[in-house]
Amino acid sequence: MATQVLTTPSVTVEPELCKGCGLCIDACPPDVLAFHKKFNSKGYHYAFYLGEGCTGCGVCFYACPEPEAIVVYKKGYVPEANEEVA
Amino acid sequence: MATKILKKPETFYERYERNPSADKKMPHYCPGCGHGNVHKMMAEALEDFEVDDRTILISPVGCSVFAYYYFDTGNIQAAHGRAPAVATGIKRAHPESIVISYQGDGDLAAIGTAEILHAANRGENITVFFVNNAIYGMTGGQMAPTTIVGQKTTTTPYGRQPSNEGYPVKVAELISQLDAPVYVERVSLMDNKHRAKARQAIRKAIKNQVDNLGFSLVEILSPCPSGWKLDPVDSLKWIEEYMIPNFPLGVYRDKTKEVQPYSFTRFEPDEEEIKKQLGITRETEKTFPKQEVPQRYQNPEIKVAGFGGQGILLLGAAIAQAGMLENYHVSWLPSYGPEMRGGTANCHVQVRETEVGAPMVSNPTVLIAMNRPSLEKFENDVQQGGIIMYDNSLIDVDPGRKDVEILPVPATKMADELGNTRIANMIALGALMGYTGLMSRETLYESLHAAIKRKRFLEINRKAIDKGYEFGQSKRV
Repeated sequence: MATQVLTTPSVTVEPELCKGCGLCIDACPPDVLAFHKKFNSKGYHYAFYLGEGCTGCGVCFYACPEPEAIVVYKKGYVPEANEEVA
Repeated sequence: MATKILKKPETFYERYERNPSADKKMPHYCPGCGHGNVHKMMAEALEDFEVDDRTILISPVGCSVFAYYYFDTGNIQAAHGRAPAVATGIKRAHPESIVISYQGDGDLAAIGTAEILHAANRGENITVFFVNNAIYGMTGGQMAPTTIVGQKTTTTPYGRQPSNEGYPVKVAELISQLDAPVYVERVSLMDNKHRAKARQAIRKAIKNQVDNLGFSLVEILSPCPSGWKLDPVDSLKWIEEYMIPNFPLGVYRDKTKEVQPYSFTRFEPDEEEIKKQLGITRETEKTFPKQEVPQRYQNPEIKVAGFGGQGILLLGAAIAQAGMLENYHVSWLPSYGPEMRGGTANCHVQVRETEVGAPMVSNPTVLIAMNRPSLEKFENDVQQGGIIMYDNSLIDVDPGRKDVEILPVPATKMADELGNTRIANMIALGALMGYTGLMSRETLYESLHAAIKRKRFLEINRKAIDKGYEFGQSKRV
Protein backbone atom coordinates (compact mmCIF):
# COMPACT_ATOMS: atom_id res chain seq x y z
CA MET A 1 0.00 0.00 0.00
CA ALA A 2 1.44 3.30 -1.02
CA THR A 3 1.75 5.96 1.64
CA GLN A 4 -0.31 9.01 1.06
CA VAL A 5 -1.05 12.21 2.91
CA LEU A 6 -4.18 12.05 4.99
CA THR A 7 -6.81 14.44 3.68
CA THR A 8 -9.51 13.66 6.23
CA PRO A 9 -8.65 13.80 9.95
CA SER A 10 -9.43 10.69 11.89
CA VAL A 11 -9.44 9.17 15.36
CA THR A 12 -9.13 5.61 16.62
CA VAL A 13 -10.04 4.16 19.98
CA GLU A 14 -8.43 0.87 20.95
CA PRO A 15 -11.34 -1.09 22.43
CA GLU A 16 -9.19 -3.16 24.81
CA LEU A 17 -7.53 -0.07 26.28
CA CYS A 18 -10.73 1.89 26.87
CA LYS A 19 -12.30 1.95 30.33
CA GLY A 20 -15.58 3.38 29.07
CA CYS A 21 -15.45 6.51 31.22
CA GLY A 22 -17.10 8.53 28.46
CA LEU A 23 -14.95 11.64 28.90
CA CYS A 24 -13.96 11.68 25.23
CA ILE A 25 -17.57 11.36 24.15
CA ASP A 26 -18.51 14.25 26.45
CA ALA A 27 -15.57 16.31 25.21
CA CYS A 28 -15.78 15.75 21.45
CA PRO A 29 -16.81 19.07 19.83
CA PRO A 30 -18.28 17.60 16.60
CA ASP A 31 -19.88 14.80 18.61
CA VAL A 32 -18.50 11.95 16.55
CA LEU A 33 -17.61 9.53 19.35
CA ALA A 34 -20.08 7.19 21.04
CA PHE A 35 -20.25 4.17 23.31
CA HIS A 36 -20.22 0.91 21.45
CA LYS A 37 -23.07 -1.50 22.04
CA LYS A 38 -20.50 -4.25 22.57
CA PHE A 39 -18.24 -4.36 25.56
CA ASN A 40 -14.58 -5.24 25.74
CA SER A 41 -12.93 -8.05 27.69
CA LYS A 42 -12.87 -5.88 30.81
CA GLY A 43 -16.63 -5.40 30.57
CA TYR A 44 -16.60 -1.76 29.51
CA HIS A 45 -18.71 -0.32 26.74
CA TYR A 46 -15.84 1.21 24.86
CA ALA A 47 -15.89 4.45 22.90
CA PHE A 48 -15.66 4.34 19.11
CA TYR A 49 -15.50 6.73 16.20
CA LEU A 50 -18.75 7.04 14.27
CA GLY A 51 -16.69 7.14 11.07
CA GLU A 52 -17.03 10.66 9.82
CA GLY A 53 -16.88 14.22 11.00
CA CYS A 54 -13.64 14.13 12.98
CA THR A 55 -11.84 17.47 12.74
CA GLY A 56 -8.58 16.26 14.24
CA CYS A 57 -8.81 18.86 17.01
CA GLY A 58 -7.25 16.50 19.56
CA VAL A 59 -9.59 17.44 22.39
CA CYS A 60 -10.53 13.81 23.00
CA PHE A 61 -6.86 12.87 23.28
CA TYR A 62 -6.37 15.17 26.27
CA ALA A 63 -9.76 14.33 27.76
CA CYS A 64 -8.91 10.62 27.77
CA PRO A 65 -7.01 9.59 30.91
CA GLU A 66 -5.62 6.46 29.25
CA PRO A 67 -2.16 6.78 27.72
CA GLU A 68 -2.78 4.70 24.66
CA ALA A 69 -6.50 4.31 24.04
CA ILE A 70 -6.98 7.23 21.68
CA VAL A 71 -4.90 8.19 18.68
CA VAL A 72 -5.77 11.29 16.68
CA TYR A 73 -4.61 11.66 13.08
CA LYS A 74 -4.64 15.21 11.80
CA LYS A 75 -5.01 16.41 8.26
CA GLY A 76 -1.69 16.14 6.47
CA TYR A 77 -0.50 13.14 8.46
CA VAL A 78 1.51 10.66 6.44
CA PRO A 79 0.70 7.14 7.63
CA GLU A 80 3.38 4.49 7.95
CA ALA A 81 3.41 1.71 5.36
CA ASN A 82 1.08 -0.70 7.17
CA GLU A 83 -0.64 1.70 9.51
CA GLU A 84 -4.39 1.56 9.65
CA VAL A 85 -5.92 4.99 9.91
CA ALA A 86 -9.61 4.42 10.02
CA MET B 1 5.85 21.87 12.07
CA ALA B 2 3.23 20.86 14.50
CA THR B 3 2.88 17.15 14.92
CA LYS B 4 0.16 15.55 12.84
CA ILE B 5 -0.57 12.73 15.21
CA LEU B 6 -1.53 12.56 18.88
CA LYS B 7 -0.58 9.26 20.40
CA LYS B 8 0.95 7.81 23.52
CA PRO B 9 4.05 9.86 24.42
CA GLU B 10 7.27 7.90 24.39
CA THR B 11 8.00 8.91 27.96
CA PHE B 12 5.58 6.12 28.86
CA TYR B 13 6.88 2.57 28.76
CA GLU B 14 5.71 0.54 25.80
CA ARG B 15 4.50 -2.13 28.24
CA TYR B 16 4.12 -1.64 31.99
CA GLU B 17 6.22 -4.60 33.02
CA ARG B 18 6.50 -3.43 36.63
CA ASN B 19 2.76 -3.80 37.07
CA PRO B 20 2.17 -7.24 38.58
CA SER B 21 -1.25 -7.36 36.93
CA ALA B 22 -1.56 -9.61 33.88
CA ASP B 23 -2.54 -6.60 31.78
CA LYS B 24 0.65 -4.73 30.91
CA LYS B 25 -0.97 -2.13 28.70
CA MET B 26 -3.59 -0.53 30.92
CA PRO B 27 -2.80 1.68 33.94
CA HIS B 28 -4.33 0.80 37.30
CA TYR B 29 -6.35 4.01 37.65
CA CYS B 30 -10.15 3.96 37.80
CA PRO B 31 -12.15 4.98 34.72
CA GLY B 32 -12.19 8.75 34.43
CA CYS B 33 -9.42 9.35 36.96
CA GLY B 34 -7.60 12.67 36.52
CA HIS B 35 -4.20 11.13 37.21
CA GLY B 36 -4.29 9.67 33.71
CA ASN B 37 -4.71 13.11 32.15
CA VAL B 38 -1.96 14.64 34.23
CA HIS B 39 0.37 11.71 33.50
CA LYS B 40 -0.26 12.12 29.79
CA MET B 41 0.36 15.87 29.82
CA MET B 42 3.56 15.41 31.83
CA ALA B 43 4.79 12.62 29.60
CA GLU B 44 4.12 14.66 26.51
CA ALA B 45 5.98 17.69 27.88
CA LEU B 46 9.00 15.62 28.95
CA GLU B 47 9.16 14.10 25.49
CA ASP B 48 8.75 17.45 23.74
CA PHE B 49 11.49 19.09 25.80
CA GLU B 50 13.68 16.02 25.25
CA VAL B 51 14.44 15.70 28.93
CA ASP B 52 12.82 12.33 29.66
CA ASP B 53 16.24 10.67 29.82
CA ARG B 54 17.37 12.95 32.62
CA THR B 55 14.10 13.16 34.50
CA ILE B 56 13.65 11.64 37.94
CA LEU B 57 10.05 11.29 38.99
CA ILE B 58 9.25 11.00 42.68
CA SER B 59 6.02 9.12 43.27
CA PRO B 60 4.08 9.75 46.46
CA VAL B 61 1.86 7.55 48.56
CA GLY B 62 -1.67 7.50 47.22
CA CYS B 63 -3.20 6.19 44.01
CA SER B 64 -0.24 7.54 42.05
CA VAL B 65 2.20 5.54 44.18
CA PHE B 66 2.68 3.35 41.11
CA ALA B 67 3.59 6.17 38.73
CA TYR B 68 6.88 4.32 38.30
CA TYR B 69 5.03 1.54 36.50
CA TYR B 70 4.39 3.91 33.64
CA PHE B 71 7.11 6.51 33.25
CA ASP B 72 10.26 5.52 31.42
CA THR B 73 12.28 7.99 33.47
CA GLY B 74 14.27 7.66 36.64
CA ASN B 75 11.86 6.78 39.43
CA ILE B 76 11.85 6.89 43.19
CA GLN B 77 8.87 6.23 45.40
CA ALA B 78 9.06 8.34 48.54
CA ALA B 79 7.61 7.82 52.01
CA HIS B 80 4.22 9.44 52.56
CA GLY B 81 4.48 13.19 52.10
CA ARG B 82 8.25 13.21 51.77
CA ALA B 83 8.53 13.56 48.00
CA PRO B 84 9.70 17.21 48.12
CA ALA B 85 12.44 16.29 50.60
CA VAL B 86 13.57 13.39 48.43
CA ALA B 87 13.37 15.65 45.38
CA THR B 88 15.56 18.20 47.17
CA GLY B 89 18.25 15.63 47.82
CA ILE B 90 18.19 14.30 44.28
CA LYS B 91 18.22 17.71 42.67
CA ARG B 92 21.15 18.81 44.78
CA ALA B 93 23.11 15.66 44.12
CA HIS B 94 22.24 15.72 40.42
CA PRO B 95 21.64 19.37 39.50
CA GLU B 96 21.46 18.45 35.82
CA SER B 97 18.47 16.17 36.30
CA ILE B 98 14.84 17.23 36.01
CA VAL B 99 13.21 16.32 39.29
CA ILE B 100 9.44 16.12 39.54
CA SER B 101 7.58 15.63 42.77
CA TYR B 102 4.17 14.21 41.93
CA GLN B 103 1.78 14.31 44.86
CA GLY B 104 -1.86 14.04 45.79
CA ASP B 105 -3.69 16.11 48.38
CA GLY B 106 -3.58 13.45 51.08
CA ASP B 107 0.17 13.28 50.57
CA LEU B 108 1.13 16.91 50.03
CA ALA B 109 -1.46 18.80 52.07
CA ALA B 110 -1.69 16.49 55.09
CA ILE B 111 1.26 14.38 56.15
CA GLY B 112 3.66 16.21 53.84
CA THR B 113 2.76 19.80 54.71
CA ALA B 114 6.12 20.51 56.29
CA GLU B 115 8.12 19.07 53.41
CA ILE B 116 6.34 21.00 50.67
CA LEU B 117 6.37 24.24 52.63
CA HIS B 118 10.08 24.12 53.29
CA ALA B 119 11.06 22.87 49.85
CA ALA B 120 9.07 25.79 48.43
CA ASN B 121 10.53 28.19 50.95
CA ARG B 122 14.06 27.13 50.04
CA GLY B 123 13.14 27.69 46.42
CA GLU B 124 14.36 24.26 45.44
CA ASN B 125 14.79 24.05 41.70
CA ILE B 126 12.16 21.34 41.31
CA THR B 127 8.71 20.95 39.80
CA VAL B 128 5.77 19.88 41.92
CA PHE B 129 2.51 18.57 40.50
CA PHE B 130 -0.16 18.64 43.15
CA VAL B 131 -3.22 16.65 42.16
CA ASN B 132 -6.10 17.83 44.32
CA ASN B 133 -9.27 15.76 44.36
CA ALA B 134 -10.54 16.87 47.78
CA ILE B 135 -10.46 13.36 49.18
CA TYR B 136 -8.32 10.40 50.17
CA GLY B 137 -8.98 8.35 47.05
CA MET B 138 -6.76 5.31 47.53
CA THR B 139 -7.99 4.44 51.01
CA GLY B 140 -11.63 4.69 50.07
CA GLY B 141 -12.79 8.31 50.15
CA GLN B 142 -12.03 9.70 53.59
CA MET B 143 -11.90 13.41 54.37
CA ALA B 144 -8.67 15.08 53.29
CA PRO B 145 -7.39 18.50 54.37
CA THR B 146 -8.68 19.73 51.01
CA THR B 147 -12.20 18.32 51.43
CA ILE B 148 -14.58 21.22 50.94
CA VAL B 149 -17.04 22.45 53.53
CA GLY B 150 -20.19 20.35 53.46
CA GLN B 151 -18.64 17.59 51.37
CA LYS B 152 -19.71 14.12 52.44
CA THR B 153 -16.95 11.58 52.77
CA THR B 154 -16.77 8.28 54.60
CA THR B 155 -15.36 10.10 57.63
CA THR B 156 -17.63 13.13 57.35
CA PRO B 157 -20.94 11.42 56.64
CA TYR B 158 -22.90 14.59 57.42
CA GLY B 159 -20.55 16.78 55.41
CA ARG B 160 -17.38 18.55 56.52
CA GLN B 161 -18.18 21.00 59.29
CA PRO B 162 -15.68 23.79 59.95
CA SER B 163 -16.54 23.75 63.66
CA ASN B 164 -15.24 20.22 63.91
CA GLU B 165 -12.93 19.64 60.95
CA GLY B 166 -11.74 23.11 60.00
CA TYR B 167 -11.56 24.51 56.50
CA PRO B 168 -10.00 23.20 53.29
CA VAL B 169 -6.27 23.87 53.00
CA LYS B 170 -5.54 26.08 50.01
CA VAL B 171 -2.14 25.03 48.86
CA ALA B 172 -1.61 27.33 45.88
CA GLU B 173 -2.47 30.35 48.05
CA LEU B 174 -0.24 29.15 50.89
CA ILE B 175 2.77 28.48 48.73
CA SER B 176 2.41 31.75 46.89
CA GLN B 177 2.80 33.63 50.19
CA LEU B 178 6.43 32.57 50.30
CA ASP B 179 9.18 34.59 48.70
CA ALA B 180 11.09 31.89 46.90
CA PRO B 181 8.64 30.10 44.56
CA VAL B 182 8.87 31.20 40.95
CA TYR B 183 5.64 29.87 39.54
CA VAL B 184 2.45 28.75 41.26
CA GLU B 185 -0.78 28.15 39.36
CA ARG B 186 -4.03 26.35 40.03
CA VAL B 187 -5.72 24.69 37.08
CA SER B 188 -8.49 22.16 36.63
CA LEU B 189 -9.44 19.28 34.37
CA MET B 190 -13.14 20.13 34.26
CA ASP B 191 -13.58 20.79 30.55
CA ASN B 192 -11.73 21.11 27.25
CA LYS B 193 -10.70 24.73 27.77
CA HIS B 194 -9.42 24.07 31.28
CA ARG B 195 -7.62 20.91 30.25
CA ALA B 196 -5.79 22.95 27.63
CA LYS B 197 -4.82 25.44 30.33
CA ALA B 198 -3.71 22.64 32.61
CA ARG B 199 -1.54 21.27 29.83
CA GLN B 200 0.10 24.67 29.33
CA ALA B 201 0.71 25.06 33.06
CA ILE B 202 2.27 21.60 33.29
CA ARG B 203 4.53 22.38 30.36
CA LYS B 204 5.54 25.69 31.84
CA ALA B 205 6.35 24.19 35.23
CA ILE B 206 8.63 21.65 33.59
CA LYS B 207 10.17 24.20 31.23
CA ASN B 208 10.99 26.43 34.21
CA GLN B 209 13.13 23.67 35.62
CA VAL B 210 14.73 22.97 32.26
CA ASP B 211 15.66 26.67 32.25
CA ASN B 212 16.85 26.46 35.87
CA LEU B 213 14.43 29.11 37.08
CA GLY B 214 13.53 27.63 40.45
CA PHE B 215 10.54 26.21 42.28
CA SER B 216 7.32 25.64 40.34
CA LEU B 217 4.09 24.16 41.64
CA VAL B 218 0.94 23.42 39.70
CA GLU B 219 -2.16 22.48 41.63
CA ILE B 220 -4.54 20.49 39.47
CA LEU B 221 -8.18 20.09 40.49
CA SER B 222 -8.79 16.59 39.36
CA PRO B 223 -11.77 14.25 39.34
CA CYS B 224 -12.03 11.18 41.56
CA PRO B 225 -15.22 9.57 40.26
CA SER B 226 -14.83 6.50 42.49
CA GLY B 227 -14.19 8.49 45.65
CA TRP B 228 -16.93 10.98 44.91
CA LYS B 229 -19.33 8.22 43.85
CA LEU B 230 -20.16 10.02 40.62
CA ASP B 231 -19.86 8.98 37.03
CA PRO B 232 -16.79 10.41 35.26
CA VAL B 233 -18.69 13.04 33.29
CA ASP B 234 -20.67 14.20 36.33
CA SER B 235 -17.50 14.42 38.35
CA LEU B 236 -16.26 17.11 35.97
CA LYS B 237 -19.39 19.10 36.73
CA TRP B 238 -18.74 18.57 40.42
CA ILE B 239 -15.32 20.21 40.03
CA GLU B 240 -16.96 23.19 38.41
CA GLU B 241 -19.81 23.54 40.87
CA TYR B 242 -18.14 22.72 44.16
CA MET B 243 -14.37 22.81 43.87
CA ILE B 244 -13.82 25.98 41.84
CA PRO B 245 -15.66 28.26 44.32
CA ASN B 246 -13.43 26.89 47.08
CA PHE B 247 -10.27 26.70 45.06
CA PRO B 248 -10.21 29.65 42.67
CA LEU B 249 -8.22 29.00 39.52
CA GLY B 250 -5.45 31.21 38.31
CA VAL B 251 -1.81 32.13 38.40
CA TYR B 252 -0.85 32.85 41.98
CA ARG B 253 2.78 33.59 41.34
CA ASP B 254 4.78 34.06 38.19
CA LYS B 255 8.29 35.42 38.43
CA THR B 256 9.57 33.46 35.46
CA LYS B 257 10.35 36.67 33.56
CA GLU B 258 12.16 38.32 36.45
CA VAL B 259 14.34 35.65 37.99
CA GLN B 260 17.89 34.80 37.05
CA PRO B 261 18.58 31.20 36.10
CA TYR B 262 19.44 29.24 39.17
CA SER B 263 22.93 27.99 39.61
CA PHE B 264 23.79 25.39 42.15
CA THR B 265 27.40 25.26 43.14
CA ARG B 266 28.34 22.11 44.85
CA PHE B 267 30.63 22.64 47.81
CA GLU B 268 33.41 20.12 47.51
CA PRO B 269 36.01 20.65 50.21
CA ASP B 270 39.46 19.28 49.55
CA GLU B 271 41.29 17.01 51.90
CA GLU B 272 43.08 19.83 53.68
CA GLU B 273 39.81 21.66 54.27
CA ILE B 274 38.18 18.54 55.67
CA LYS B 275 41.09 17.99 58.04
CA LYS B 276 40.91 21.59 59.15
CA GLN B 277 37.16 21.38 59.78
CA LEU B 278 37.52 18.17 61.74
CA GLY B 279 40.46 19.52 63.73
CA ILE B 280 42.75 16.75 62.58
CA THR B 281 46.20 18.16 62.98
CA ARG B 282 48.04 15.00 63.95
CA GLU B 283 49.42 12.78 61.24
CA THR B 284 46.91 9.96 60.96
CA GLU B 285 47.97 8.54 57.67
CA LYS B 286 49.99 5.88 59.43
CA THR B 287 48.92 2.37 58.72
CA PHE B 288 49.71 -0.73 60.67
CA PRO B 289 50.42 -4.18 59.32
CA LYS B 290 47.58 -6.67 59.39
CA GLN B 291 47.95 -9.56 61.79
CA GLU B 292 47.99 -13.26 61.11
CA VAL B 293 44.41 -14.03 62.04
CA PRO B 294 43.05 -17.56 62.38
CA GLN B 295 40.54 -18.24 59.63
CA ARG B 296 37.56 -18.50 61.97
CA TYR B 297 38.15 -15.01 63.35
CA GLN B 298 38.53 -13.29 59.99
CA ASN B 299 35.98 -10.76 58.72
CA PRO B 300 34.19 -10.53 62.06
CA GLU B 301 30.68 -9.16 62.35
CA ILE B 302 30.54 -7.76 65.82
CA LYS B 303 27.71 -6.67 68.04
CA VAL B 304 28.60 -4.77 71.17
CA ALA B 305 25.77 -4.37 73.67
CA GLY B 306 25.27 -3.05 77.17
CA PHE B 307 23.93 -0.10 79.17
CA GLY B 308 24.25 3.44 77.95
CA GLY B 309 27.24 4.91 79.77
CA GLN B 310 29.38 1.79 79.64
CA GLY B 311 31.21 3.08 76.61
CA ILE B 312 29.58 0.57 74.30
CA LEU B 313 29.54 2.84 71.27
CA LEU B 314 33.10 3.96 71.94
CA LEU B 315 34.22 0.35 72.16
CA GLY B 316 32.69 -0.32 68.76
CA ALA B 317 34.14 2.86 67.31
CA ALA B 318 37.61 1.92 68.58
CA ILE B 319 37.38 -1.46 66.85
CA ALA B 320 36.33 0.21 63.60
CA GLN B 321 39.04 2.84 63.95
CA ALA B 322 41.69 0.21 64.59
CA GLY B 323 40.40 -1.74 61.60
CA MET B 324 40.89 1.29 59.38
CA LEU B 325 44.43 1.70 60.63
CA GLU B 326 45.13 -1.86 59.52
CA ASN B 327 43.58 -1.10 56.13
CA TYR B 328 40.41 -3.12 56.55
CA HIS B 329 37.02 -1.99 55.28
CA VAL B 330 34.95 -1.18 58.32
CA SER B 331 31.49 -0.03 59.34
CA TRP B 332 30.11 1.14 62.65
CA LEU B 333 26.38 1.51 63.22
CA PRO B 334 25.19 2.71 66.61
CA SER B 335 21.76 2.01 68.01
CA TYR B 336 20.67 3.44 71.30
CA GLY B 337 17.76 4.79 73.26
CA PRO B 338 17.23 8.48 73.98
CA GLU B 339 18.97 8.29 77.37
CA MET B 340 22.58 9.34 77.73
CA ARG B 341 23.05 6.88 80.58
CA GLY B 342 21.17 3.87 81.79
CA GLY B 343 19.25 2.98 78.62
CA THR B 344 20.23 0.22 76.30
CA ALA B 345 22.99 0.80 73.83
CA ASN B 346 24.45 -1.36 71.16
CA CYS B 347 26.44 -1.03 68.01
CA HIS B 348 27.13 -3.07 64.94
CA VAL B 349 30.70 -3.25 63.70
CA GLN B 350 32.13 -4.96 60.67
CA VAL B 351 35.80 -5.37 59.86
CA ARG B 352 36.23 -6.87 56.43
CA GLU B 353 38.78 -7.59 53.75
CA THR B 354 36.20 -6.57 51.17
CA GLU B 355 33.85 -3.61 51.02
CA VAL B 356 31.01 -3.56 53.51
CA GLY B 357 27.59 -3.71 51.92
CA ALA B 358 24.97 -3.35 54.63
CA PRO B 359 26.32 -2.19 57.99
CA MET B 360 23.64 -4.05 59.97
CA VAL B 361 24.80 -7.02 62.01
CA SER B 362 21.79 -9.15 62.83
CA ASN B 363 23.67 -12.42 63.33
CA PRO B 364 27.05 -11.53 64.78
CA THR B 365 30.09 -13.75 64.76
CA VAL B 366 31.21 -11.89 67.87
CA LEU B 367 28.92 -10.73 70.63
CA ILE B 368 30.35 -8.53 73.36
CA ALA B 369 27.72 -8.43 76.10
CA MET B 370 28.44 -5.99 78.86
CA ASN B 371 25.26 -6.60 80.86
CA ARG B 372 22.79 -9.37 81.44
CA PRO B 373 19.85 -8.09 79.37
CA SER B 374 22.16 -7.77 76.37
CA LEU B 375 23.48 -11.29 76.77
CA GLU B 376 19.99 -12.69 77.05
CA LYS B 377 18.70 -10.64 74.16
CA PHE B 378 21.43 -11.35 71.64
CA GLU B 379 22.89 -14.69 72.73
CA ASN B 380 20.78 -16.71 70.36
CA ASP B 381 21.58 -14.49 67.39
CA VAL B 382 25.26 -15.39 67.42
CA GLN B 383 26.39 -17.51 64.49
CA GLN B 384 27.45 -21.06 65.12
CA GLY B 385 31.17 -21.19 65.83
CA GLY B 386 31.18 -17.53 66.84
CA ILE B 387 32.34 -15.94 70.05
CA ILE B 388 30.29 -14.77 73.00
CA MET B 389 32.35 -12.52 75.21
CA TYR B 390 30.65 -11.28 78.35
CA ASP B 391 31.49 -9.36 81.47
CA ASN B 392 31.18 -12.00 84.15
CA SER B 393 31.72 -9.48 86.90
CA LEU B 394 28.31 -8.02 86.07
CA ILE B 395 26.54 -11.01 84.54
CA ASP B 396 25.81 -13.79 86.97
CA VAL B 397 24.45 -16.29 84.47
CA ASP B 398 26.38 -18.34 81.96
CA PRO B 399 25.47 -18.34 78.29
CA GLY B 400 23.64 -21.54 77.42
CA ARG B 401 25.10 -21.92 73.93
CA LYS B 402 27.34 -24.96 73.39
CA ASP B 403 28.15 -24.31 69.72
CA VAL B 404 30.12 -21.09 70.20
CA GLU B 405 33.30 -20.07 71.96
CA ILE B 406 32.53 -18.56 75.35
CA LEU B 407 34.90 -15.98 76.75
CA PRO B 408 34.02 -14.61 80.18
CA VAL B 409 36.02 -11.48 81.00
CA PRO B 410 35.64 -9.79 84.39
CA ALA B 411 36.07 -6.46 82.66
CA THR B 412 34.40 -4.21 85.21
CA LYS B 413 36.22 -5.85 88.09
CA MET B 414 39.57 -5.51 86.31
CA ALA B 415 38.77 -1.90 85.49
CA ASP B 416 37.96 -1.26 89.12
CA GLU B 417 41.33 -2.68 90.10
CA LEU B 418 42.97 -0.23 87.71
CA GLY B 419 41.12 2.53 89.51
CA ASN B 420 38.38 3.47 87.07
CA THR B 421 35.33 1.32 86.29
CA ARG B 422 34.67 3.35 83.17
CA ILE B 423 37.53 1.73 81.30
CA ALA B 424 35.86 -1.69 81.37
CA ASN B 425 35.11 -1.19 77.68
CA MET B 426 38.81 -0.92 76.84
CA ILE B 427 39.55 -4.04 78.84
CA ALA B 428 36.90 -5.78 76.77
CA LEU B 429 38.46 -4.39 73.59
CA GLY B 430 41.90 -5.61 74.63
CA ALA B 431 40.56 -8.99 75.65
CA LEU B 432 38.80 -9.59 72.34
CA MET B 433 41.90 -8.62 70.35
CA GLY B 434 44.21 -10.59 72.64
CA TYR B 435 41.98 -13.63 72.27
CA THR B 436 41.47 -13.50 68.52
CA GLY B 437 44.72 -11.80 67.51
CA LEU B 438 42.69 -9.70 65.09
CA MET B 439 44.67 -6.53 65.68
CA SER B 440 47.93 -5.61 67.31
CA ARG B 441 48.26 -3.69 70.52
CA GLU B 442 50.05 -0.88 68.68
CA THR B 443 47.05 -0.42 66.39
CA LEU B 444 44.74 -0.28 69.38
CA TYR B 445 46.89 2.36 71.08
CA GLU B 446 46.81 4.44 67.92
CA SER B 447 43.06 4.06 67.56
CA LEU B 448 42.63 5.62 71.00
CA HIS B 449 43.81 8.96 69.66
CA ALA B 450 40.76 9.20 67.47
CA ALA B 451 38.32 7.58 69.87
CA ILE B 452 39.24 9.48 73.03
CA LYS B 453 38.91 13.21 73.04
CA ARG B 454 40.50 14.04 76.40
CA LYS B 455 44.15 13.29 76.12
CA ARG B 456 44.68 12.86 79.87
CA PHE B 457 42.63 9.68 79.70
CA LEU B 458 44.86 8.13 77.06
CA GLU B 459 47.27 6.61 79.53
CA ILE B 460 44.72 4.75 81.63
CA ASN B 461 42.93 3.50 78.54
CA ARG B 462 46.22 2.18 77.27
CA LYS B 463 46.76 0.35 80.50
CA ALA B 464 43.28 -1.12 80.23
CA ILE B 465 43.97 -2.36 76.73
CA ASP B 466 47.20 -3.97 77.93
CA LYS B 467 45.49 -5.69 80.79
CA GLY B 468 42.65 -6.92 78.62
CA TYR B 469 44.99 -8.00 75.86
CA GLU B 470 47.08 -10.11 78.21
CA PHE B 471 43.94 -11.62 79.69
CA GLY B 472 42.62 -12.46 76.26
CA GLN B 473 45.94 -13.94 75.14
CA SER B 474 45.98 -16.19 78.19
CA LYS B 475 42.58 -17.59 77.21
CA ARG B 476 43.48 -18.39 73.60
CA VAL B 477 42.42 -21.86 72.51
